[in-house]
Amino acid sequence: MVAHLLRLKLTLLRNSVRRSPWQLVGLGIGTLYALGIVGVCVAGLFVLRGQEVELAQTVVVLGGATALLGWAIIPVAVSAADMTLDPARFTTFAVPMPQLLAGLALGGLIGIPGLATSLVALATVGTWSRSLPAAAGALVGAVLGVLSCVVLSKVVTTATAGLASSRRFKDISAVAFLIPLVLTGPIVAGIARGIAGSGDFLVGLARMLSWTPAGAAFALGGELAAGNYAAAAVKFLIAVATLAGLALAWKVLLQRALVTPPYAGTSKRRTGGAGLFRLLPATPAAAVAARSLYYWLRDPRYAGALVVVPLLPVLFLFQGSQSGFYGPFQFVGPLTAFLLAWSISTDVSYDSTAFALHVATGVRGADDRLGRALACMSFALPVVLIFSVGPFFFTGDWDKLPAVLGLSLGVLFTGLGLASVISARYTVSVPLPGDSPFKKPPGNVAQTLAVQFGGMAVLMVLVAPEVALVAAQFITGSPVPGWVTLVLGPVLGLALFAAGVRAGGAWLDRRGPELLAQLAVNR
Amino acid sequence: MTFQPPVPPGTSSPVPALSLLGLAKRFGDKIAVDGISLDVPAGSFYGVVGPNGAGKTTTLSMATGLLRPDFGTALVHGVDVWQHPLEAKKLMGILPDGVRLFDRLSGEQLVTYAGLLRGMDREMVASRVAELLAALDLGSDAGTLVVDYSAGMTKKIALASALIHAPRLLVLDEPFESVDPISAANIRDILDRYVASGGTVIVSSHVMDLVQRMCDHVAVVAGGRVLAAGTVEEVRAGASLEDRFVQLVGGRNHTEGLEWLRTF
Repeated sequence: MVAHLLRLKLTLLRNSVRRSPWQLVGLGIGTLYALGIVGVCVAGLFVLRGQEVELAQTVVVLGGATALLGWAIIPVAVSAADMTLDPARFTTFAVPMPQLLAGLALGGLIGIPGLATSLVALATVGTWSRSLPAAAGALVGAVLGVLSCVVLSKVVTTATAGLASSRRFKDISAVAFLIPLVLTGPIVAGIARGIAGSGDFLVGLARMLSWTPAGAAFALGGELAAGNYAAAAVKFLIAVATLAGLALAWKVLLQRALVTPPYAGTSKRRTGGAGLFRLLPATPAAAVAARSLYYWLRDPRYAGALVVVPLLPVLFLFQGSQSGFYGPFQFVGPLTAFLLAWSISTDVSYDSTAFALHVATGVRGADDRLGRALACMSFALPVVLIFSVGPFFFTGDWDKLPAVLGLSLGVLFTGLGLASVISARYTVSVPLPGDSPFKKPPGNVAQTLAVQFGGMAVLMVLVAPEVALVAAQFITGSPVPGWVTLVLGPVLGLALFAAGVRAGGAWLDRRGPELLAQLAVNR
Repeated sequence: MTFQPPVPPGTSSPVPALSLLGLAKRFGDKIAVDGISLDVPAGSFYGVVGPNGAGKTTTLSMATGLLRPDFGTALVHGVDVWQHPLEAKKLMGILPDGVRLFDRLSGEQLVTYAGLLRGMDREMVASRVAELLAALDLGSDAGTLVVDYSAGMTKKIALASALIHAPRLLVLDEPFESVDPISAANIRDILDRYVASGGTVIVSSHVMDLVQRMCDHVAVVAGGRVLAAGTVEEVRAGASLEDRFVQLVGGRNHTEGLEWLRTF
């Protein structure tokens, strides 16, 4: 039965690849990425073989504890738990519980994260191949540790299944997860400074963790290498008890979950009336704008961008305060303009087949384009203005304000115009509506990259006049090019914006059904 | 078994509500629709039945301007859907099957959106939305996001979006799927009154009983072709529609076997 479950998992994996060759490309890219990380970790672990025991032990135990933490948190936080072998699907088959558990746990190892964790864990055997007992202990520890990771992840996902299946939680967690992700740099720097200040902090932390379920398994090799047989025996018991406890918890939770399917969440009254549709003018373009604005607020795939934007100046300010050089900080305005304008280049792809409503109602292409662009502009314009002016309160270099402001507005308007053309013609693979923004999107990765990078190259060409003028001011120091940019940016940008809306609209009028057919491929 | 081709064009009404001529579509190697010609008389309640994968959805998508045909034409009240899409789409209300909705809008907002996209004025949209939601038993869920709706409620809100502009022709792909019996009866009342006042309805369905009771015309489609078309009486020729359908489409296996299923 266990072998049967594993074969099922492999068959599912193979069939998902067979559905489209691009799936294979995506899997290949993921594998290469994982191989890179695994390679670095494995090499590091083998290098540790020549280092003193205490250092090696600290690294291995902390690494193991981090892996455990990652397996527990990441699937829930990004709601990307691997549900190909969802236990709920086995309810009608009367599979004996112990075999179901073993099969699902081993099945969890099949896949990139499972294989990567296993390989790195096995490399600790290399670290501790200083003596036979140490190597054997490391092997046992690696097996126990990896199984604990998988089972812990199952416990957490089963326990939070009810929570995680509620749409509200999915929406919020996906967006909230972005904040630590974006701020990784400052957070890591802060922790590093804290650790550096407290000297032997890490060694102490590892020593403490090695007596807890979090680090006991991975501490086995080190204790045996150091000759602490009694400590090793206790830690072995701790590790086994951890795995057994987790498996028991999983079993209980699963038994309960199988007979009480998660409640899909309450649907509450959220909005009264037509809202924005009543506030904005009653024209097709304004209706599209109102709809887009609701999506910016309610769809985590859009809202994610809104969460990142306020963090940008924080990042640059942090970087400036570290280096004492605020040069890049001055350009947070143009950068924000680019990010926000570019975000609507995937607008129609985000609609997915809901775009059928636009085709069915025969809304004019130009109205569709204009509505989407105006929705983005309605909040992007004030944000970009604030972000363009704000940094100069820190630098005091007000001479450069006209240039930066002109560049920001030029990039914003030009970007919106170009994005209007691109999303009318090319679809890219994005997470489907309702999916987590982090979920690997189905479909053609190569086309996505080509469209995105090709589009950005065109944008660079289109804003080249503004960029050249800004460069001229920064090199010569003369304020004249700056004032020229302040006029040229908005004028040229708005002209390109109008042209983009018109060209994109014409394209949409001609090829709406073809665009819908492309979208239907990835639903 | 040979069958006469479907009703010759232009018998009942000078301009049919929907006239398909030689529509064909190929996806890769698979020919989904293989030259379908069909006339839907104005004022008829027309059922399109067929087994899974018969090409019903593909045909209706091509007839309504959602999917460009490889060959053939589609005329709505004499307007070519693919030559003059904007004019043709004004005449049609469409409930496509298997497409998403803008489901982060509330039910009321989604129907309002559909009305405004069609260029209707605000007051008319507001009053019609209220009436439609009440008629489809969605009044109490008007403010709930469509993403939180059940499957049946989602079907009903999509139907409301198709009705908002008072089209002359309604094309409904599987309108009764997952809809509860009470709502289904309400929808049928709405559609009956709509047809009685001169509108034309095309529904696709698997449920033969429903089609036999509800529709006055029917077309049987299988393998991308029309096997029979005409009034329900003509097509069923004395038998029940279901028996006639099975007879036309074939594929019932009367093999013995499965003996063990009775042995427990």
